[in-house]
Amino acid sequence: MASAMKTTASPRYGPGAPQRAALLNKPAAAVVTNGSRLAGVEMAPPDPILGVSEAFKASKDPNKLNLGVGAYRTEELQPLVLEVVKKAEQKMLAAGYNKEYLPIEGLDAFRQATVQLLLGSDSAAVKEGRVAVLQALSGTGSLRVGAAFIARFMKGTTVYISNPTWGNHRNIFGDEGVEWKYYRYFDPDTVGLDFKGMVEDLTAAPDGSIVLLHGCAHNPTGVDPTPQQWQEIADLCKAKGHMPFFDVAYQGFATGDLDKDAFAPRLFVDNGLEVMVAQSYSKNLGLYGERVGALNVVLSDADAAKSVLSQLKRLARAIWSNPPTHGARIAAEVVGDADMFELWKSEMAGMAGRIAKVRGELQAALESRCPDRDWSFITKQIGMFSFTGMTPQQVDNMTNKHAVFMTRDGRISLAGLSSSKVAYLADAIVDSVRNH
Amino acid sequence: MFPALALSMQQLQPAASLPLLSCLRRAYSTSGAAAATNWFSHVEMAPRDPILGVTEKFLADKNPDKINLGVGAYRDDNGQPVVLESVREAERRVAGSHFMEYLPIGGLRDFVSESVKLAYGDDSPVVAAGQVAAVQSLSGTGSCRLFAEFQRRFMPHSSVYIPVPTWSNHHNIWRDAGVAQNGYRYYKPETRGLDFEGLMEDIKNAPNGSVFLLHACAHNPTGVDPTPEQWQAMSKLMLDKSHFAFFDMAYQGFATGDCTRDAAAIRIFIDDGHRVGLSQSYAKNMGLYGQRVGCFSLVCDSAAEAAKVESQMKLIARPMYSNPPLHGALLVSKILHDADLKQQWYQEVGVMAARIKDMRGLLRHNLQQLGSPHNWQHITDQIGMFCYTGMSGEMVDTLAAAHSIYMTRNGRISMAGVNTKNVARLAEAMHAVTKEAKM
Repeated sequence: MASAMKTTASPRYGPGAPQRAALLNKPAAAVVTNGSRLAGVEMAPPDPILGVSEAFKASKDPNKLNLGVGAYRTEELQPLVLEVVKKAEQKMLAAGYNKEYLPIEGLDAFRQATVQLLLGSDSAAVKEGRVAVLQALSGTGSLRVGAAFIARFMKGTTVYISNPTWGNHRNIFGDEGVEWKYYRYFDPDTVGLDFKGMVEDLTAAPDGSIVLLHGCAHNPTGVDPTPQQWQEIADLCKAKGHMPFFDVAYQGFATGDLDKDAFAPRLFVDNGLEVMVAQSYSKNLGLYGERVGALNVVLSDADAAKSVLSQLKRLARAIWSNPPTHGARIAAEVVGDADMFELWKSEMAGMAGRIAKVRGELQAALESRCPDRDWSFITKQIGMFSFTGMTPQQVDNMTNKHAVFMTRDGRISLAGLSSSKVAYLADAIVDSVRNH
Repeated sequence: MFPALALSMQQLQPAASLPLLSCLRRAYSTSGAAAATNWFSHVEMAPRDPILGVTEKFLADKNPDKINLGVGAYRDDNGQPVVLESVREAERRVAGSHFMEYLPIGGLRDFVSESVKLAYGDDSPVVAAGQVAAVQSLSGTGSCRLFAEFQRRFMPHSSVYIPVPTWSNHHNIWRDAGVAQNGYRYYKPETRGLDFEGLMEDIKNAPNGSVFLLHACAHNPTGVDPTPEQWQAMSKLMLDKSHFAFFDMAYQGFATGDCTRDAAAIRIFIDDGHRVGLSQSYAKNMGLYGQRVGCFSLVCDSAAEAAKVESQMKLIARPMYSNPPLHGALLVSKILHDADLKQQWYQEVGVMAARIKDMRGLLRHNLQQLGSPHNWQHITDQIGMFCYTGMSGEMVDTLAAAHSIYMTRNGRISMAGVNTKNVARLAEAMHAVTKEAKM
């Protein structure tokens, strides 16, 4: 210990440093303390979502189950690299691509593919050049550049986010200094959508606010508006001059069909609204760690699209300069090749299918153990997640007693549940809601 | 008329403009097939990036003999991008491992610990004592941005001192992070070398506890580096002033061809007791440009402090990109972990640095042979990828328009873009635009 201190102690901050007295008389602009410059830095809390995985890894319980982060698992509870991704990587390895910088806006082939996937190959907005597309670091990076753009070009505008929403939304807008407020979304009594409350809150919001909407498979609730409700929301946005900002992280995971899952953003664009859309390929292409995504801004004319893209580039330049190549090439190969795209569609349907199956099994298991409660929300909810309505205390019981790792808001990721663990989970849930 | 009105209404607080704004919006929305809203008509075209914009112009040029001396990306003697053999081998070993899960927010741990050792030294006491807080980052840009955000949060009364000149994106990064910037004297046009007196004076005059951005080696854009003795003097003075040293090391290995020598400045500061910050990039020295691989580190007083600081780094990164990209970090980790691959990499970096050094000599020689009236000694005195030629913006424009030779407007050329096939034409063109001028 003593020798470690000797080699690492800074002479500048040792006791009796003669300059210290003089420094204490310096104006406030001088930031010198007796000890370390960084002594005041406090330990940040673990991330509420990613911290769950860390806790899971640390656990030695043989029955442990990770229902925390939304990462797809097979029935064997293994991560899955899609066949189509493996094929794409083999092609890339054989082609021997170089590793040069992408342009700030990203890989052209990827940008074209991603906007078509989102808006459809016959999209008028795309044909008319009205969409600014920036490749970005998955959903988070896309949202962040969008937030930076809002902070700079829509000063004073508030973003309305659903209550609840993905936790990181608050931090993304917060770190850009963009004010956010909640709109009602989840109704704990019906375990469904509080549409009346949502409409009320968005109507009461000042004209020209920004509304953050989940394109499909709402995270964390799994509760999506119906097509009719989406039309009403679009009408409301038009009447109020609100700008919709879609977070599309689960295209393909709601119905298993990539086109159907793009219904909401396409509806809004067809209704003539200017929208922002953040896309992620983390889940649907299983490209999690490669950080593949895009920010799309649909404008009313092509000139605006050019200007907006130039500004998005300027913002991205100061965060990461240009986006990573590897994942974008994979996505471009898959989406751009007819055969690969078909293969992807079937693999996507397979993943969504397994989740739907396990939802049904879990609901049945809960109904047989606890028939006095309504568990139908498990199959009504859509996508990777189920919002169980469990309280933090009940969640703690799930983790501490049953080694089921989940986020404290009561969300479970069905993507992390296998058929063989359904009974175990059902027992744990029933114990937690009955006894805590 | 309508767009202009809509623009001015948008700039008011929404609440104040409620009735008129909603009336305008509804009026706008009845234009049938056209968009119902028009949010962004006030958004102006941003200027082209001064560096990356050069490549855009180069690509648009149809001259088959065009030369791109803009962005600092290494090219071989045929002007082709290079993927290092060590990288290709790492790729082959990594392929089929089929792991694409999210990295932790702080990145691949192996990658981070190897990077820290590469920068601070294998037997660095601060590394051994666990004092280095470090996270994987999005290359040099990402590291600098994480630090700038960290500085705003945890060193809130400090401003950053940036050398004049510097990589243009430094200004964007600190500005977007909301940190006040000042310049410190660095380049002396008269000597095309270091303005050491000016630099020391500016260090002395800055308020105590300022943050100084230092290029660890191969200064961009000038190629002018302090000598070891000058680094020593800067270190001592900065200690006296309690300044914080933040090193941007984007060219470790590219300056002298030796990774250890190129990190000398950092090690001088650490030995003197500084607690430094560091941005590392693998874009150039491993040729991993588009993979966006880097490391951001801060030397702390203790392992306990480092844990806290690291947790805060992650808190900044999570709402920016959640977690860093996997592929490039896997490659770097493979290379640094394997003794043979690491050796191979060291050699390949040496080859790249040597070719650049040869080109410097050739360019200077050609200019002299052409009978240029100017002193081009700085071409071989300067170090690293770039040469600060001393040419003016107008000369640069002429080189682009009349000779299809592209570089940034500050007269910086990327020596990596020079090769035995184009050096003669380059020298002729430079001679043509400079021979009549005072330089």
